Amino acid sequence: MLFILLRLLPGDPASSLISVGADPEQIAAARRQVGSDLPLFEQFIHFLSSLVRLDLGTSFVSRAPVLEEVLTRLTLTIPLTLLSFALAIAVAVPLGIVAAVKADKWYGAAISVVSQLGIAIPVFWVGILLVTLFAVNLRLLPSGGFPPQGWGDPVAALRALTLPIATIAIVMAASLLRYVRSATLDVLGSDYLRTARALGAGFSESLVRHGIRNGAVPVVSILGIELATALLGAVVIERVFALPGLGSMLLLAIEQRDYPNVQGVLFISTLLVLLIGFFADLAQRFIDPRLRDPHGSVQK
Amino acid sequence: MTAVAATEPRRMRASLTLSVGIVLVGLHVVVALLTLVWTPYDPAGMAGGRLEGPSLAHWAGTDRLGRDLFTQIMIGSRIALTVGAGAVGIGALIGVTLGILAAFATRFLDDVLAAAFDILIAFPTLLLAMLVVAATDSASLFSAILALGLAISAIVGRLTRILAKRVLEMDYITAARTAGTSWAGIVFIHLLPNIWPTLLVNFALQFGLAVIAEASLSYLGLGAPPPNASWGRLLQEAQGTVYTAPFGAIAPGLALVTLVIGMNMLADGLRDIGDPTRRRSR
Repeated sequence: MLFILLRLLPGDPASSLISVGADPEQIAAARRQVGSDLPLFEQFIHFLSSLVRLDLGTSFVSRAPVLEEVLTRLTLTIPLTLLSFALAIAVAVPLGIVAAVKADKWYGAAISVVSQLGIAIPVFWVGILLVTLFAVNLRLLPSGGFPPQGWGDPVAALRALTLPIATIAIVMAASLLRYVRSATLDVLGSDYLRTARALGAGFSESLVRHGIRNGAVPVVSILGIELATALLGAVVIERVFALPGLGSMLLLAIEQRDYPNVQGVLFISTLLVLLIGFFADLAQRFIDPRLRDPHGSVQK
Repeated sequence: MTAVAATEPRRMRASLTLSVGIVLVGLHVVVALLTLVWTPYDPAGMAGGRLEGPSLAHWAGTDRLGRDLFTQIMIGSRIALTVGAGAVGIGALIGVTLGILAAFATRFLDDVLAAAFDILIAFPTLLLAMLVVAATDSASLFSAILALGLAISAIVGRLTRILAKRVLEMDYITAARTAGTSWAGIVFIHLLPNIWPTLLVNFALQFGLAVIAEASLSYLGLGAPPPNASWGRLLQEAQGTVYTAPFGAIAPGLALVTLVIGMNMLADGLRDIGDPTRRRSR
């Protein structure tokens, strides 16, 4: 895991440090500051050693330690991501199964069509539409922003997050639903389900006992990718709703050419993405014993 | 058997999907080509009052500078198609080449390429695009195309590798080799024609995703700079005036969704025609 991580990152800080769009004096100053006047290899060693100490440097603009800022902002981005994720699963799994089981009924087909629509819509547009509907026309919820006292005021914080969460969840549920549906269809067409039915198990009983575990394997690997995408979707959504999370920090840092901040955010988000992938792998192995030993005798 | 009876309606449905897809995409292509020679109004000039609603003169209303929004949406078609075609083009070129190379290569090189594809795929496209934009220092249409092209090349590369390996195991490849067909001959005569249909379907899907990603990038201010009226930037500008002119926040999105759905339907239709045995499970 760490190996992949180290191979992924070095290209970025090096290349982004070289191109500072400013006058020569500023360039020289900036270079001294971040140490990019040193030879590349030395920079790389320096970069690695500070990463190991979890020292992400200090911001060019605010002079605040990067790690601290990142952690503060994660208190918004992580709940936002996880809550959207949970909501998306809660919506997509039952609907996906219904869409597969009742594929010949009108509502099964309708669910599929709507989910097709959902994957063709960019997440930020859903956000803008929801703002137009709920904040502008109905005036039920705030159109953006986050209470200054943060989670100190849980009701206001949750109200502020309702639309962003709904936005991410809608888009995520749409794509998730398609995977749940096709996984369920695979299970429905399988021999073991027919056998279970032949042995006298009821339709829903056999689906629950045999279907879920088998159907869950491909879905879980998709879940990992979806969760990572949701984390990144948060970048866009934070801009839509003016939330002070990790995403807005990244965008601001890119605009201000605040490289330590850019690098810090990218490092942390890459780390999170890789961790998510790792746990998705673990979860898959946990669900399906056949995946635990790829060289075992019971290979798929 | 029943499969024979089921073939006809499915093929009809497939061709219906394909036709709708072609019409939607074709519409955007025509509009995009039209903007090269003619637009209803000057895209940069005042065409009416500020933030007007939709009317016969201004089908999608006007923006906060009084520019005709419909004109800008039409130009947005051109940008979206350019980005989509460019990104898929780059992705296809790199992806197919590396994928075939991996399928032919020694075990070690194959493993390295396969791992590289997997890592790039695990990496969210948007983050990759931001990285490229941050690294190239200036947001331009080209940096967006390049970033999206790179992300697509990994997906195409992995697909090509798997498809190519499957074909290379076939007996007719062994036969061709025995008959003395050259490396290039095998690739162009036997391999590519066999994997082409599946790749084409994937290209159409990636095209739609690239259009969405470009819109997201320009929404964030990391896409093409102002003279280019990208749908993402139009939406971002309209969001600021959503209380007074909500329609501006809707129209560019509709344009985008019709193009992406058109591409997806095109892909679905192509897939069903290319592989009639496939059960409609999606």
